[in-house]
This record gives sequence, structure tokens and C-alpha cells, in this order.
Amino acid sequence: MKLKLHVWRQPNKDQAGAMKDYAVEGVSEHMSFLEMMDTLNEQLMNKGEEPVAFDHDCREGICGSCSMVINGLPHGGHKGVTVCQLHMRHFKDGDEIFIEPWRAKAFPVLKDLVVDRAAFDRIVASGGYVSVATGGAPDANALPIPKKEADLSMDAAACIGCGACVAACKNASAMLFTAAKASHLNHLPQGQPERFERVKNMSMQMDAEGFGTCTNLSQCEAVCPKEISVRVIAEFNADLIKAQVKG
Amino acid sequence: MKLESRIPSGPIENKWTSHKMSMPLINPANKRKFKIIVVGTGLAGSSAAATLSELGYQVESFCFQDSPRRAHSIAAQGGINAAKNYQNDGDSVRRLAYDTVKGGDFRGRESNIYRLAEVSVNIIDQCVAQGVPFAREYGGHLSNRSFGGAQVSRTFYARGQTGQQLLIGAYQALEKQIHTGSVRMHTRHEMLELVTIDGHARGIITRDMVSGKVEAWAADAVVLATGGYGNAYFLSTNAKGCNVTATWRAAKKGAGFANPCYTQIHPTCIPQAGDYQSKLTLMSESLRNDGRVWAPKKKGDTRAPDQIPEDERDYYLERKYPSFGNLAPRDIASRAAKQVCDEGRGVGPGGRGVFLDFADAIKRLGKKVISERYGNLFDMYTTITGEDPYSVPMRIYPAVHYTMGGLWVDYNLMSNLPGLHVIGEANFSDHGANRLGASALMQGLADGYFVLPYTIGAYLATAKQPKVTTDHPEFKKAVADVNTRTAKFLSIKGKRTVDSFHRQLGNMMWEKCGMARNDKGLNELLKEIPALREEFWQNVNVPGSADNLNTALEKAGRVADFFEFCETMAMDALDRDESCGGHFREEHEDEGEAKRNDEKFSHVSVWEVTGDKPVRHKEPLVFEAFHPSVRSYK
Ligand SMILES: Cc1cc2nc3c(=O)[nH]c(=O)nc-3n(C[C@H](O)[C@H](O)[C@H](O)COP(=O)(O)OP(=O)(O)OC[C@H]3O[C@@H](n4cnc5c(N)ncnc54)[C@H](O)[C@@H]3O)c2cc1C
Ligand code: FES
Repeated sequence: MKLKLHVWRQPNKDQAGAMKDYAVEGVSEHMSFLEMMDTLNEQLMNKGEEPVAFDHDCREGICGSCSMVINGLPHGGHKGVTVCQLHMRHFKDGDEIFIEPWRAKAFPVLKDLVVDRAAFDRIVASGGYVSVATGGAPDANALPIPKKEADLSMDAAACIGCGACVAACKNASAMLFTAAKASHLNHLPQGQPERFERVKNMSMQMDAEGFGTCTNLSQCEAVCPKEISVRVIAEFNADLIKAQVKG
Repeated sequence: MKLESRIPSGPIENKWTSHKMSMPLINPANKRKFKIIVVGTGLAGSSAAATLSELGYQVESFCFQDSPRRAHSIAAQGGINAAKNYQNDGDSVRRLAYDTVKGGDFRGRESNIYRLAEVSVNIIDQCVAQGVPFAREYGGHLSNRSFGGAQVSRTFYARGQTGQQLLIGAYQALEKQIHTGSVRMHTRHEMLELVTIDGHARGIITRDMVSGKVEAWAADAVVLATGGYGNAYFLSTNAKGCNVTATWRAAKKGAGFANPCYTQIHPTCIPQAGDYQSKLTLMSESLRNDGRVWAPKKKGDTRAPDQIPEDERDYYLERKYPSFGNLAPRDIASRAAKQVCDEGRGVGPGGRGVFLDFADAIKRLGKKVISERYGNLFDMYTTITGEDPYSVPMRIYPAVHYTMGGLWVDYNLMSNLPGLHVIGEANFSDHGANRLGASALMQGLADGYFVLPYTIGAYLATAKQPKVTTDHPEFKKAVADVNTRTAKFLSIKGKRTVDSFHRQLGNMMWEKCGMARNDKGLNELLKEIPALREEFWQNVNVPGSADNLNTALEKAGRVADFFEFCETMAMDALDRDESCGGHFREEHEDEGEAKRNDEKFSHVSVWEVTGDKPVRHKEPLVFEAFHPSVRSYK
């Protein structure tokens, strides 16, 4: 099939960007969206132009690198998939597609569709871990954990840190990401000692990075490729209140 | 090239304990004075960087992704082995070690492997303490499953996302240390040179992939945890960024490259769909616990699978390997699939595929149980192929997956270049000629959490090297080399894209140095690679500039290194005139099984690549605890 693309091109962090139009040919319905972008890039380079820069690595929906807003929706808006897992069979010949980077103050664009998501790492560094050093851990089966709790923890731990939640939110809030990390740890006995400090510190870091406040619109849940539920946000807020009461 | 394996003496059970006692220690206050560079943040690199910094060393950590959490380890699905014997099914450290030595077709170093099995139990404890949400039973205890090539259930897992959960555990430990200021993290930095001074590894040169700035970093020791080179084949299950650059650059500075021809072809991947394909997707080996592999008995049978009656199906793994059946190790299962397709009995486009069928399992256990076990894998299959594996058998075909070869290291995980340590998939030591499922994650974390943090101290305590800064002429020279190479790529302005060369190279490697190799093909390959490489340097087109984010430039550097590396790989495959594990020389087979030649090839081949032509050295393999036998899974 043949497609008409409108792609965000921006030379670097400091220069302004703009949408540019491209026609791409020879797209097969079996291609993934990123393979369609590869095809575009091969065509551009064969004409002596620079390829469109985009983040990607695993191409199977787990590393969280790929990040494109497609026709206004992060990852294209198909349930439970990242851009790299989106296949062209969802499009048809002659379609027009708009492709943009994540847009948020805390995620500055570095080039074309590539953004800087280091703010997420700093949120984790502010408390998204159990403070245990290597060595001296007790036997793994010494502390049984009810399957239900372990499963709730795992549901939240499935987050791939792609940032679609931020890109979808009109306030550019990082609440789903941050709360998912807290929920992963707070459902486990290992996470209890630092539970309240954790939510306090991560919440402060989130604000310091320039992410917006959460107004419970749940857009994040709708676009999350790992279908993380907003229940983690409710848990986070409840813990935050307790943390403040405790001082 | 001097290859001293430094294997401690004594019975295998005591080697590691007595070695730990005999290594010199550095007092905690002095550790602060040492700086260590760790390149790579996969399971091996993150766990090492975090642990070294907990011990008090200053750590500089590097990765090419935008976050350490995105290293390729994240993609591992199936699980991690450990000799916990929680299932009471007769597992032990010795059994895990034996399975790994045998699985590697007696081409690995048994002392390292035994140590791996020994520390495997600590890994699970450590990960649970960090909050890794492993699968659990209703009683709250950890759940296990069996994995290809093992008859006990020793594999721990977290749904289909074991690598992700283990990496997030290690990444969180790393972020904890970054927060204290004892690790400095450099993301989107690609290592392009190793710097040696007086024969010791003293630093690296990186390119900032956003600004293009080329920078030098000096340290007291360098650790490479940069993963495997499966992308030499272009199409593989590896993430797109995986490369050989860091280890190859080190090899060019004198580090020996061991067994480059040992590559693993994984039997259960989704077959290639077209020429545009950018990567292949693995379907976890765990599927073989319940799925049955078959092909039609008749050649060129194009009937839909449900139209092929039971007696016209060949469940060839169950037929050929009755005791392991569908759980036969990877190299064996892959080869069997290739044979079936070569006989013209393959299914799907181009006849390059076999069925992995869940109909019996669904009948026996119900759809619900199967979906609980494999739901996310089935969904992944549907997303990619548009077919529903609950009602139609999956189609699978082997694909390049893992590389057992890597930089040569001694028992301390140090290369022949003093100060250069190599951990995880980047080294060669633990998997011989074939790796068993769920043991790469085990090795990465064993190296990073429990081995290197001890052994690197022994080097630092005894090396007594003067402190150096990046003003040293060797650093200046290495920076200049990087800049010259970059300028060269940008100046060629040829007609072909980097990817078009990479695809062609990869295809050549797959055809002649892939699942089956022979003298004729390898000799042809050794002529074809240099010819294509020459064309690359004349005719590649790298648009853009050096001082900006430039994805074409990044790829050009990696592919240029693959070109050189692939030649050494083909030489190694030619030189190793026997079949073992994943290295199958068609001249040496016994009813389709790999036929080893212990008399001539019970050694590690270590390639020195600093001169005009690669030179092969040998480390003889000594088996004291486990006696090499014919590797049979029948
Ligand atoms: C799809 C898939 C599934 C798998 N499933 C399993 C499984 O179930 N069980 C199992 O045991 N094993 C599995 N494996 C194998 C296992 O995942 C890998 O062998 C292992 O994770 C490698 O870890 P590592 O730390 O050595 O390297 P990696 O995780 O590959 O990390 C390499 C690191 O090095 C960095 N790097 C590389 N080159 C450079 C450079 N030039 N400059 C700077 N940084 C660089 C990267 O940024 C990255 O941080 C699987 C592999 C694949 C492909
Ligand atoms: S490229 Fe890894 S999630 Fe898309």
C-alpha cells in the first residue's frame, strides 16, 4: 500500500520543529509500524536525505524505547500494544497518518521523534527500590507471600517506563508511572519498611521534574501498552495521605 | 598471547571457597580510591555496577539506550535457573553444573560452570529481597517450571517477563546507588574504543549519541558487560542495538576473542514473513512444556493443519528423542526442524516452518490453564501473525538468539589484558558450544552480583598501576582514531544504506555460517565477506553530521565492526573441524547428530586479531569432575 505521512521533524533540542509530509510506497500489511518507518527511512536516505530519528530497540513491546504519537494517540491507541507491535494491517492503502513525539515539558524533544525521558530514572532514584545491598539475603522461601499480593505487585511491575501515560495526559502527569512503581513494591513485605517515605519522595521528585498534577482523567490507563490500572493511583494517593499524617 | 586460566587447585566443590579466601582484600577506606568503568547495564552490568559501588568503589556506568533499564536483558521471557531444589525432585549444585557442562557439549570450562551453579542459589534470595515478583503458588512459596534440556524443575519465572523483572531489580539497585552519588550514569553513550596503557586496560572513549561529543574516561579497571553479537546475522531475536563494537574494539587492542563461531539458534521463533523484516521474535521455550512439535509426513503438504489426520503427522522430536521429547535442547531441536524443512516437509510461506500445537494440552488442561500459563505469548503471536494459536497451531522456525562465544576470560573473569574484565553474554566462559535455557540470566547475575565484586578486588590490590588521566597520549590517540573513523564514514557519500549492507552480510552468514556449516561454504564466505566489506567502505551512504544525533552514523560504526568480526567468526568455524553443540559441521555427523572430536578439539579457540591476519591460540579444556561423554538425549 501507499501512505501519506505527516512526520514531526526537529533538528535538535534548541531549534524549532515542524510537521513534514512524505509519501511512502511499498508498505505491506505484515510490516510492523517501525518497519514501515524503516522503509520510509531507506527511501529518504536513497534520496540523500536524513532519516527520521526515533527510539526503538527490542521491537517486541518490552524495552519501552519506542514512543510515537500516531494520529493523536500514544502508540496509536490499540489496546495493549506499543508502536513496535502495531502492525500495518490496521491501516489501508491511501491512509494519512500523523506521527509526533511524546509532548511534555518534562520530556524535551532531542531530535525528530526522540525525547529525553531521564526524568523517569530520577523518579526511581528518589525511592523506587528496596534499600538492600547485595549479599546476606535470607532464603527466598523463608517469607511466603500470598499469591494474590504477589500478583497485584506483578501487575504493577509490568510497567515498561515508555511514558505513554505522560504523553496522553492533558496535564502531562507522571502519576501512573510513579504509582505503578510504588504499587509494585508496596504490595510486597520487602517494600513495607520504606513504604511511606517512598511515596513521599517519589511524589516530590515528580513535581520537581515539571510533570503536571493528576486530575483523575484516566487517559493514561487507556493508552498504557501494559494496561496498568489506575487503581495504583488510588493506592498511591491513600499512602501519600497516610505519609503526610505520619509526618 | 598469554592465556593463564588461573583455575584454583583442589576438588571442584572447594575451588571457589578456597579462592575467595586466598584473594587479597582491599580495606573499605581504600576502595573509595579506585574508579571502575562498567560498560553495559543489562543484568550483568547493572548488578556489577550496583554491587561494586555498594562495596565502596567509584563507578562510572555507560549504556547506549536512553535508560539503563532498557538493556536487552529486559526481553528475556522464560526464566532463570537455580539449584534450589525447592521441588524436591533431586536437583543439586552438582546436577545443575553437570547439565550445563553437558548441555554445552563439553566445550565450556567446568570450574567456572560449577561456581555458576554454586552461586545460583544466592541470586534467587537476592532478587526476592529486592522485590522481584517471581511467580508463586497458592501457599505463597515460589513456583518453578522445567525448561529445555533439563529433567528437573529448577526454573524461576515472573509470568513471561522474567528478564524484565530481574533487570528492574538490578536497575533499581543501580538507581539507589546513583542516588547516593557513588555511581555516575552515562546514558546514550556508546563506547567506541578501549584504552590500554603499559598493557593494562585504563579507560574508554565514548560518543555522546545526542551531542556527538567524543570523550575519554580514565579508571583503574574496565568492565565490559556489553552483551552478545547475534546481530551479526542482521535478523535475530536480539534487540536492534545489540552489537559487537565494545568487545571487538577491545579485541583490536589485544584481548583474545574466544570461540566466535559458537552461536545459538533458538528453535521456537516466529518465521520470517518478508524481505522488509527487521527482527525475529522469539516464542519462549517454555511453550515446549505443553506444545507438541510436528510436521506433515508427506512432502509439500499444503493442507490446513486440522485437515491432516493424526497418522499423517510426524511428531519428530518425540519420535527421535523419546526421553526428552519436545524438551530436547535448543541446538538439537533447531537442527531437527531444519532437517524436516530441508526434506520439503516444512509448512507456511517458503516451507520454512513447523507446527507447535497446543490442541492436546488444551484438551487435557482446558483453555483457561493454557491461557494462564502462556496468555501473553499467545497474544504476542496473534499480534504479529494475525492468527489465533488457541485454534490453529503456531508456526515456528529457528532463529539466531544467543552467542556463546565472547572475549576470553580467566577464572577471575579478567581477559588476557590485565584490568579488562568481561561479564555476562559478552564473555565466553560458561556455556561451551550450546547454552541451556534460563541460564544466561543466571550467568549475568552470578557474574555481576557474586563473582566480579570479589575477583576485581584481587586485580586492584595487586596491579599497583600509577593513576592516569585522560591527558595521557594514549587517550588522545584513541580520541583521534574515533574522530578519523567518523569523518571517514561521513565522507564516503556512496549509494547504499548501512542497513542494505548489514542485511546482505547477515544473509551470507546465515546461509554459510548458520545452522549448518561446511568447508566449501566457509571458504566461499571468507572470500565474500572481504569483497562486500570493500564495497561498504567505498559505497556506503551515511547522511547527517557528526555533532548531532545521527542514527545512520551509529549503525555504520557497528556494521563496520561486524564486517571484521564476521570474518574471524567464519575462520573459527572453518578451523573447528568437528561438530559440537550449536556448531554443526556437516562433514561431522552421526545420523544427524553432532559428532565431537575430543582428541583434536577439546580446547577453547582464542583469536588474536591485532595483526594483519587473525591468529588462533588454544586453552586446553581439562575435565576433572565431569567426564566428557557422547551427548545423547534419546
Ligand atoms: C528474546 C530473548 C529471550 C531470552 N530469554 C531468556 C531466558 O528466558 N532466560 C535466559 O536465561 N536467557 C534468556 N535470553 C538471553 C539473555 O537475555 C541474555 O543473554 C542476557 O540478558 C544478556 O545480558 P547481559 O547483561 O550480558 O547483556 P545485555 O542485557 O545485552 O546488555 C548489554 C548492555 O551493554 C550496553 N552496550 C552494548 N554495547 C555498548 C557500547 N558499544 N557502548 C555502550 N554500551 C553498550 C547496552 O546499552 C546494554 O546496557 C533471552 C534472549 C533473547 C534475545
Ligand atoms: S522497541 Fe522496545 S517496546 Fe517498542
